[in-house]
Amino acid sequence: MENNILEVKNLKMHYVSKYETVKAINDISFSVKKGETFGLVGESGCGKSSVCKTLLQLLPPNAKFMGGSIKYKGKELIGLSNKELQKIRGREISMSFQELMTALNPVTKVKEQIYEQFIGLKMTKQEKYAKAVNLLKLVGIPSPEQRLEEYVHQFSGGMRQRIMIAIALAAQPSMLLADEPTTALDVTIQDQIIKLINSLKETLGMSIILVTHDLGVVSQMCDSIAVMYAGSIVETGDTLTIFSKPRHPYTEGLIRSMPKDDGSKDRLESIEGAPPNLNNLPKGCSFAERCKYATEICINQMPPLKEVGENHYSKCFHTDLLINSKGLIEL
Amino acid sequence: MNRLSYIIRRLIQMIPVFFIVTVLVFVLIRCIPGDPALTMLGDRATHEMIEAYRQKIGYYDPLWLQYFIFLKDLLHFDLGSSLRYSEPVINLILERLPVTIGLTVSVVFFTVVIGFPLGFMAGKKRNKLPDYIIRIYSLFGLSAPQFWVGLMLLLMFGVKIKLFPVSNWGDTLPEHIMALILPGITQALGIMAVIIRNLRNNVVDISGTSYVTFARSKGLSEGRIDLRYIFRNALLPTTTILSLWIASLLGGCIIIETVFNLPGLGALMINSVLSRDYSVIQGGVLIFVITVLIINLITDIIYSMLDPRVTLN
Ligand SMILES: Nc1ncnc2c1ncn2[C@@H]1O[C@H](COP(=O)(O)OP(=O)(O)O)[C@@H](O)[C@H]1O
Ligand code: SF4
Ligand SMILES: [Mg+2]
Repeated sequence: MENNILEVKNLKMHYVSKYETVKAINDISFSVKKGETFGLVGESGCGKSSVCKTLLQLLPPNAKFMGGSIKYKGKELIGLSNKELQKIRGREISMSFQELMTALNPVTKVKEQIYEQFIGLKMTKQEKYAKAVNLLKLVGIPSPEQRLEEYVHQFSGGMRQRIMIAIALAAQPSMLLADEPTTALDVTIQDQIIKLINSLKETLGMSIILVTHDLGVVSQMCDSIAVMYAGSIVETGDTLTIFSKPRHPYTEGLIRSMPKDDGSKDRLESIEGAPPNLNNLPKGCSFAERCKYATEICINQMPPLKEVGENHYSKCFHTDLLINSKGLIEL
Repeated sequence: MNRLSYIIRRLIQMIPVFFIVTVLVFVLIRCIPGDPALTMLGDRATHEMIEAYRQKIGYYDPLWLQYFIFLKDLLHFDLGSSLRYSEPVINLILERLPVTIGLTVSVVFFTVVIGFPLGFMAGKKRNKLPDYIIRIYSLFGLSAPQFWVGLMLLLMFGVKIKLFPVSNWGDTLPEHIMALILPGITQALGIMAVIIRNLRNNVVDISGTSYVTFARSKGLSEGRIDLRYIFRNALLPTTTILSLWIASLLGGCIIIETVFNLPGLGALMINSVLSRDYSVIQGGVLIFVITVLIINLITDIIYSMLDPRVTLN
């Protein structure tokens, strides 16, 4: 696939401790096209951040890689040495973190944290400074000259998100993993960040993986999406297709439970129950317990990821039952 | 708030603390059993001689007046004279202060150059062999009695190998430095136990923070992450602990100076207590208090330079 910048196949990763095994990523495959924004959507705890960190191999010591392949620009990333990975991280693929308040070094100036991305490039002091100022301007931070000299604790949450994105962009990577960039921010700031990331895609031609639990954000930003549930991708396809004709009961439920456009808090309906525990997954469909279409087979067997349309897949035995399901967008 | 005005304000704040200490010292000294006239004149002094001496030193003046005179002299840096050495106390103290300061610097030096790398290594290699060895040391290091450790080091490196002088302060700066190495290490071995354990735990905690993972996601080298992210941040709590220990070290120097026969303040104090040399004890305590106050001030300033989140006010 020429125009895929990233291809992930059969990725598996567990967090292992003495007492339990948390199956955080269970055989996940997806691909991201060059220049698109790819949404990774799902409830908190379904494994989205784990996927991002696995892509860059940033996992904590208790994480155990269980297999799979990550091809970036045709090159396999699994098995690379730490030195080789350092050339990919930040320079090819960078990531902004979900943990707004704790992801930046508290004791060094913002300037230094940006300059670190210029290590190894032949740049004069003036060039570094000019580039850092431009980066802060690009991400919409006012009076950049002054703010470069400040420390992280002097910035608000929204501003920290921008700084994190500025740092992530500093070494001109082709791909950005944005982990919950709008979560924990208030609505107006959320809109600004959405506009910022959208403009990055347009002006810099970046490919973006956008991680969020917010379908509203996805609809404003993504070209295609993968819906995650309990460490698996349950449905993937073009954003328009998924929003108009969801073919997985979980996606359907998510879309129906989105807040209405008029901003009122009422939801059409919501999905009853809670996701299964990742250290004790059922042997069948992990959504079965909450699924209104569930039958015998769902409890006993794991559904396969089936092609249900052009570039549209659903991990469900009963996709046929959803053929007439209507999403939010009427086609 | 700028640094200079902060320092001035802190110095001004020290004045009332200092006055309270003078009151305490003044009162406590007068609670110690013993009679300065008897101590001074000896057992065979006649009643008249004692009376005359008492009149001279203001023994029968009201307490407040005695305190007032004590304060007045203090403001002229007059701490009285030593009975034992018949020399102004201030001179005795100033003579010995450099030795104790030198000892403190030596202790801090060895704690930092040995303790910091070990603590960092234990944290980086957590739950591996070096970590276990270092942790076992840090469990027992503090409980080993210092006079014993000091004597052992003296026996080994002073008497057997003759690498360092034994009980010889010397006359030149290089000689003084040589004389401060073993006592410095002895004292440092104890403090290091605490420093290493603290630094190790900080390194473990900081290694798991998001900012370290984020640094890795930026493609930074592990060396840079260790230095700029993990070590810089892990050091902050350790600095505070180290400064507390330095302050308490001033008390500890009494043992070390005695074992190594260093002519420092600690040795002066212990001799003065033994010979009931009141004015020296009094002066020594005041100097200790001032030193502790100044160490605290310096620590706060250093801390504010290390951690930008802390502002001086
Ligand atoms: N370091 C870790 N050790 C053990 N379990 C973890 C760790 N990090 C995350 N998990 C678990 O893995 C699952 C997925 O977490 P995460 O990837 O953060 O989900 P999301 O980003 O979708 O909220 C959760 O159940 C979480 O509790
Ligand atoms: S496989 Fe069965 S239980 Fe799972 S989503 Fe489909 S219908 Fe529901
Ligand atoms: Mg997350």
